[in-house]
Amino acid sequence: MNILMIIRVAFRALVRNKMRAALTMLGIIIGVSAVIAMVSIGQGAQASVQAQIEGMGTNLLFVSAGAQNVGGVRSGAGDGGTNTLTVDDLEAIRREVPSVAMVTPTVNARLQLVVSNQNWNTTVQGVSEQYPDVRKWATQSGTFFTEADVRSAARVIVLGQTIADNLFPGADPLGQSVRVMNLPFKVVGVMARKGQDPQGRDQDDTAFAPYTAVQKKLLGNTRVQVAYVSAISQDATYTAQTQITELLRQRHKLSANEPNDFSVRNMTDVAEAANETNNIMTMLLGSIAGVSLLVGGIGIMNIMLVSVTERTREIGIRMAIGARSSAVRRQFLIESIVLSLTGGLIGILLGVIVSVAIPRMIGWPTLVSTAAIIGSVIFSAVVGIFFGYYPARKAAGLDPIEALRYE
Amino acid sequence: MTAAETVVEQSGRLSNVPTQRLGRGEAMQATLEISPQEFDARAEVVAPQAEDARPVIELEQIHKTYTMGDVEVHALRGISLTIKKGEFVAIMGTSGSGKSTTMNIIGCLDRPTKGRYILDGEDVSEMSKDERADIRSQKLGFVFQGFNLLSRTSALENVELPMLYAGIESAERHSRSMEALRSVGLAGREHNHPNQLSGGQQQRVAIARSLVNRPALILADEPTGNLDSRTSVEVMEIFQKLNRERGITLVLVTHEHDIAEYADRVVVFKDGRIKEDYRIEKPRDASRELKLLPDVEQDSD
Repeated sequence: MNILMIIRVAFRALVRNKMRAALTMLGIIIGVSAVIAMVSIGQGAQASVQAQIEGMGTNLLFVSAGAQNVGGVRSGAGDGGTNTLTVDDLEAIRREVPSVAMVTPTVNARLQLVVSNQNWNTTVQGVSEQYPDVRKWATQSGTFFTEADVRSAARVIVLGQTIADNLFPGADPLGQSVRVMNLPFKVVGVMARKGQDPQGRDQDDTAFAPYTAVQKKLLGNTRVQVAYVSAISQDATYTAQTQITELLRQRHKLSANEPNDFSVRNMTDVAEAANETNNIMTMLLGSIAGVSLLVGGIGIMNIMLVSVTERTREIGIRMAIGARSSAVRRQFLIESIVLSLTGGLIGILLGVIVSVAIPRMIGWPTLVSTAAIIGSVIFSAVVGIFFGYYPARKAAGLDPIEALRYE
Repeated sequence: MTAAETVVEQSGRLSNVPTQRLGRGEAMQATLEISPQEFDARAEVVAPQAEDARPVIELEQIHKTYTMGDVEVHALRGISLTIKKGEFVAIMGTSGSGKSTTMNIIGCLDRPTKGRYILDGEDVSEMSKDERADIRSQKLGFVFQGFNLLSRTSALENVELPMLYAGIESAERHSRSMEALRSVGLAGREHNHPNQLSGGQQQRVAIARSLVNRPALILADEPTGNLDSRTSVEVMEIFQKLNRERGITLVLVTHEHDIAEYADRVVVFKDGRIKEDYRIEKPRDASRELKLLPDVEQDSD
């Protein structure tokens, strides 16, 4: 009996019990579609993080106040609690490190912007005029403020798209005045839309003002939390990192055994950290979904065992008229493979549909992974073989005399 | 005189057994007198008839012992039986007489504990499970009391099934099945499922199924057990036709005397031994009986 015949016989046996076959397959369908959907969510997240990181520029470095190992107690870096990074430090970096092209400090303040009767709570970032170049982020309309604005601590502001949309719905914000802590700031530009950052925050919900203005007029201190530094090229980032570290250690007068009171990170480190997190998430989601595949497999075994018992007489007949044990075993094995593989294929279809629907429904990025699809097909075939083998062996091991007598 | 009777006479004469009908109880010794070697030697002398006189079944001192817990049950205690090509033999006996065990051994569904079984010239007594499956596929056809057709499967597919396992290709399978169904009077019913057929028709499908691999022997286990008397005669008519017109060797297990009387030879089992082995001089003729029976509902197909 050739393989095609057996597959036909198997299909017919399954069609005879449509409802049962469908319910049995459901376990595999849910398992496979869950694996595919989960992996595509994970991969989608990873891809968008990669894209954002690349969009920020691979020659970007972060210099932040406080040590890097921000544990529970030293929740230092960038929250304003530390005072170890100064504007002078940044000036020194700009002047003395040859591999550095541009530097901009960032001073963050969580503030309310008011326009007549509208208000909007947002982050105001105090930065230098080099910020658009460092971040590779241009304005959409108007201009970014100038070096002169920074020197004079001018009350000018550049709005992110989200703020512009909310404070000036349908109107042009350029030249308008926005009140921040009761001080009027003139809108000179609106940034291009940027989207979410790797942590999922809306980057367009940010306004930019000269850091001098933010420090003196809004916060009343001279702290710098984070500085963005761009190296002259991507290859120079590691050199820049080392040179900045040396320079800051000298300036902070740290002896050889003292730890850094600042941290310098490059985008590659950030990207690797983000990737690692995403990989763990993908694996976690995938393996939870994998468990449901396993449960689906057990369902198949259960039904195949019932089927063997129900069809004992049929097995007896087949053996009496000349079927070898191996032919009977093959028949039941193929039945279970057909069951799990059909379930797997439906599951793939469903998983892909879900993966396509998720970005539309809840806005998460997804990326359908070919590896997950191929893996699911292989896995469901393996489930069919693994969980079908025992029932098939049981069928093949029946004694034809006993089987024929079975009522 | 039927072909089978001729055969017995021929071989009888050769082995110097009186040509008269064997007395009851003598048959066993008579068949035992001819050893296979002697038989082969004689076969060369009478070439034309030798082919017909070939034994299909040779059971030599078959023992079968089952162990049920600590108790040993001797189902068969030394059975010797020879059935030649073209014979129509009825095996009779009460339940527990060993007739079903013998049937299972003859049908290669079971192996003897001791003794030798030669089927169609091949020693099958020591064969493995797979080898026996192949033997069943190539040399045996089964007809059961409960028909044992696959439900929700058409008559045609049921008949094709043995050929599927024998590896016969599709076109050949189809034509042989159609032919077999026609020969049992079921032309036009090929696509009916068992539940759309009467008991007699189902049994005829089973007979067609037993025929398609051109077996050396058809084994029928209580084939009329589930049928009414008229349908039983119809089924026996088919068996008689297959036996007389196509020379097919038939072994029929039954506990009904009137069914056994359609056979040419009756072997009676009792307590794991053969008690009687006799020939029926004038077997019942199913064809003629059917003509005499009132025309209830003649099968139109």
